[in-house]
Amino acid sequence: MEGFPPDQELVARLQDGDEDAFALVLDSWSGGMLRLARSFVSTEESAAEVVQETWLAVIEGIGRFECRSSLKTWTYRILTNTAKRRGTREKKVVPLSSAEDNGPTVDPARFRPAGVPFPGHWWEFPPAWPTPEQGLLGAEVREMLSAALAELPDRQRVVITLRDVEGYASEEVCELLEISAANQRVLLHRARAFVRGKLEEYYTQEVSS
Amino acid sequence: MNDLDCRQFVEQVTTFLEGDLGADAEQRFIEHLALCDGCDRYLDQIRQTTQALRDLPAEGISPAARANLLNAFRSRP
Repeated sequence: MEGFPPDQELVARLQDGDEDAFALVLDSWSGGMLRLARSFVSTEESAAEVVQETWLAVIEGIGRFECRSSLKTWTYRILTNTAKRRGTREKKVVPLSSAEDNGPTVDPARFRPAGVPFPGHWWEFPPAWPTPEQGLLGAEVREMLSAALAELPDRQRVVITLRDVEGYASEEVCELLEISAANQRVLLHRARAFVRGKLEEYYTQEVSS
Repeated sequence: MNDLDCRQFVEQVTTFLEGDLGADAEQRFIEHLALCDGCDRYLDQIRQTTQALRDLPAEGISPAARANLLNAFRSRP
């Protein structure tokens, strides 16, 4: 992360009671933590409470933190544990696999069937998308993406949120969620294909309207 | 074109992007990619999708909760 102090320094400052350092991590991570918490519990309020509880645990435990993992991973682990406990209480648990994780991710009707020339190849190529303005997403696209994420099955949403929205490495995600690398990849793959499909829908509607 | 078809290609994009395909499968994937504009576009759109998600702004916690936590940090023993 640009402009972010290295972990050792950050931890030392937090242990010294440096308020600016605390405000920095609080402001940088709370948004992502809310998104992640929301995947485990049933309401926005619950998610906000999980984040609050997590930060209180961080404040309480930072004095004993020994940098064996990164500060962010440690914080996120507290968050997922807190969120899972609460999710269980609210009877919203994230099951590890389900029927939603099987089957093709692209509508089979888009490919040529057996018995015609070039079976298994596109009938028509996926339509081209408009080139986005450099680094800028329109508000409408952002809303559409958030809605698409909300529509995903929980497990897929947690994984794509951590990997693509928060930028975590696959090993970190497997560790946080206690899932295998193969399982993580399947969930990520299905989630990405779904969100790509939503973007395609959005862009083709935009062109035809 | 080799025996990898488009229907199989689209199911391998994530494994490819993760670098987990294995040498032989990766070779077939890349050969297909070089010859198929549809799959080239599909892969690019998956990349664009991940990029778009990366640019999603996060909503923060409420100002009251933030003030609360700053207070808690200040008054920690």
